[in-house]
Amino acid sequence: MRALVAGLLGVLALVATWELYRAVGPEAGVTVGGTVVLPRTSDLAMPHVWEMLRVFGEPASGASDADSVLVVVLGAAGFTLRIAAVGWLVAVVVGLALAVLMARSGLAESAILPWVILSQTVPLIAIAPLVRRWGSQLEVGGLEWQNEYSVAVIAAYLAFFPIAVGALRGLKSPVASQVDLMHAYGVGWWTTLRTLRLPSSVPYLLSALRLAAASAVIGTVVAEASIGLRGGIGRLVIEYAQSAGGDPAKPWAPIFGAVAVGLVAGGVVALLGLFLKPYRRQEVLS
Amino acid sequence: MSAGTHAVEVAGVSRVFDTKKGPVVALDDVDLTVAAGEFVSLIGPSGCGKSTLLRLIADLDQPTSGTIAVRGKGPRQARLDREYGIAFQQAGLLPWRTVAANIELPLQVHGVAKGARRARAAELLELIGLTDFADHHPDQLSGGMQQRVAIARALAESPKLLLMDEPFGALDEITRERMQNELVRIAAETGAAVVFVTHSIPEAVFLSDRVVVMSPRPGRITGVVDCQLGSSSSRTDAVRDEAGFFHAVAAVREHLHGTAPVAVRGVETR
Amino acid sequence: MTSTAAVGAAQAAETRFRLSGAGSHAVLAPIGLGVVLLGAWEFGVRLFDIDPFVVPAPAAIAGEVLENLPTICSGSVVTGRNALAGLLIGAVVGVLAALVSSASRVLDQMAAPVVAALSVVPIVALAPVLYTMFGAAADTARILVAALSVVVPVYLNTLRGLRQVLPVHRDLMRAYAARPAWVASTVTLPTAVPFVFTGLRIASSLAVISALIAEYFGGPIGGLGKSITSAAAGSDYALAWAYVFGSIVLGLTFYVATLAAELWFTRHRATT
Repeated sequence: MRALVAGLLGVLALVATWELYRAVGPEAGVTVGGTVVLPRTSDLAMPHVWEMLRVFGEPASGASDADSVLVVVLGAAGFTLRIAAVGWLVAVVVGLALAVLMARSGLAESAILPWVILSQTVPLIAIAPLVRRWGSQLEVGGLEWQNEYSVAVIAAYLAFFPIAVGALRGLKSPVASQVDLMHAYGVGWWTTLRTLRLPSSVPYLLSALRLAAASAVIGTVVAEASIGLRGGIGRLVIEYAQSAGGDPAKPWAPIFGAVAVGLVAGGVVALLGLFLKPYRRQEVLS
Repeated sequence: MSAGTHAVEVAGVSRVFDTKKGPVVALDDVDLTVAAGEFVSLIGPSGCGKSTLLRLIADLDQPTSGTIAVRGKGPRQARLDREYGIAFQQAGLLPWRTVAANIELPLQVHGVAKGARRARAAELLELIGLTDFADHHPDQLSGGMQQRVAIARALAESPKLLLMDEPFGALDEITRERMQNELVRIAAETGAAVVFVTHSIPEAVFLSDRVVVMSPRPGRITGVVDCQLGSSSSRTDAVRDEAGFFHAVAAVREHLHGTAPVAVRGVETR
Repeated sequence: MTSTAAVGAAQAAETRFRLSGAGSHAVLAPIGLGVVLLGAWEFGVRLFDIDPFVVPAPAAIAGEVLENLPTICSGSVVTGRNALAGLLIGAVVGVLAALVSSASRVLDQMAAPVVAALSVVPIVALAPVLYTMFGAAADTARILVAALSVVVPVYLNTLRGLRQVLPVHRDLMRAYAARPAWVASTVTLPTAVPFVFTGLRIASSLAVISALIAEYFGGPIGGLGKSITSAAAGSDYALAWAYVFGSIVLGLTFYVATLAAELWFTRHRATT
């Protein structure tokens, strides 16, 4: 309860700072040595916070039967969430498989892990404009490649990393005596995986899954924006940025939408944790 | 007693570890025989190879040279045939399983049917006096209770040999003595031979039929002390105050320190 | 107690060993895998006659890299400068914010929703808005995008580090009746330093990627991001991939530099 009030106060403080600077800051922003360090305070650059909220009630376009911005953003959020979920699922499968492979063999770990880390320095999102062309021209087993797949692939690419690394740490988390015990029982590696390593990895896995959900959402939005896929938040970011001249508060709507999608995705994964409660007990004596 | 009935036979066993700073001899030409039903403690300072020896017997590690027989079989075969139960300094209970489910773990991985598992776990809970805690989780138990559960788990498949690596090492002295009393009783009730690794001289003397004293660099057996403090039923806390107990303690100490300090020799010569 | 500490130390040493790549096993295995994958890629492209717009062959990319080395380098400098500025700003802000949050529980709770939002918002979605706020002619918006992506991991890791003080150290300080400022400088901050660098390492390649993607949304030309898009728009795919290669090298440089800093600052820690 206290945390809730404090959190609310935090958001209010942020709003107050924004409005205060807007009220007292110079129109052209603050420039130090030729570099702009504080923003301009014009209506265009810094719309009032209530303007940002008002936009949600406006019609999204000039058409007479246009939906409100809120409806459009919600629809786009649903679209983005769906693609992100697909990307997340792919990431979970790939990440877990890699983690199990690396936990199984030391050689596999030393061969693969550097590449897994390296993979995150590759701006796959930067490749999005290149991937866009796949849409019309690639066919996989009679299935025509859709732009949505490209977006999901990019989301999965960002999301598999925390899962692979987190799951590997989790799978290697059992203490030596527990591993020795399984060895003493003479049971195979797969039984050890099922009875010891997988359950032990749950706490690590849950936080990895949550990180992956955020990554999947981020990847989806950015890939939508750079591929230009219609229907999702990413595309709205671009569209509404272009209409900033008419209504400077409008570009903020999809940003709030993106935050909402991210929080929902994280929340859903957190719910998963409730079902796995028994596996999150920490051993007292260890 | 024929060789086949011995719980453990170790003959000329050495274990050399390759480290970055060159080879380290953890065990050098060790011979040891543990009879069926016998309680033997391994004692010595850190690095004397007592835990290594236990791990070799359990087939958690392999000797560089020499042979080991566990109940007449090679260690690997003995492990696969579940000839021994094992407990470590860390209870190593699985935190997501209840106390009963932890005791059932070895039975479960070996495919014992659910009903039989339940029954056996109930028996063992009775033996360690934790019947009321069957559905608790390890984090709700004290350290001593956790270690009792670990011992019950080691006994689950009714092994004729128990291997214990400093199982009471992390417990406070008071809990520790109570656990020792219980272990004496449990060992007698099950008739299992025990190989028990410890740092504590009184613990080794109180528990054991024989105490094997080891020294480090390289790990060797430097002496064996017969304790024989009476049958398990008569071995209660009172034994800790008897002269025989102190004599055995002094004897072990003498082996440990090589040339015994004057005070200890005084005890030894009465 | 001593044995677990020893195991921890051994693991830390092993990790360091592995990270510093001293063992032949640790070096050869990934290189071997890399060669196999590259070979399969090259072979696959030739065998199935895959069009360059899908993926060009590694040899073709390598050719473009060599041919355009000067532009790739100058592009890396432009993007790298923004990323570095963003990394530094983000690190300073993140550490300061963590210090404030660790000192006051209320401020920590107040920051929670903002941090939660920041950690899920695609920072690049903010890019268009930031360009309007700071002007599209300057690099400020790009630096801010990079800085914002750095703030969250640095803040979270530093905060964790600041709360990591061992009870034994805290008791010791109480026994010495040490002043709070003194406790902070002798125990709290040194304990947190490795965590700050862990956060920085995680943030390092993020900074590069964010600075690069921010270029898609406007601002001056010259950076790697703009170069990738213009090469792709001109259907020169091998060249676009060559710029992508440049950005990988740039990201890797940032990662290795922060990793080296992390290892240096944790060299006397058995366990972190």
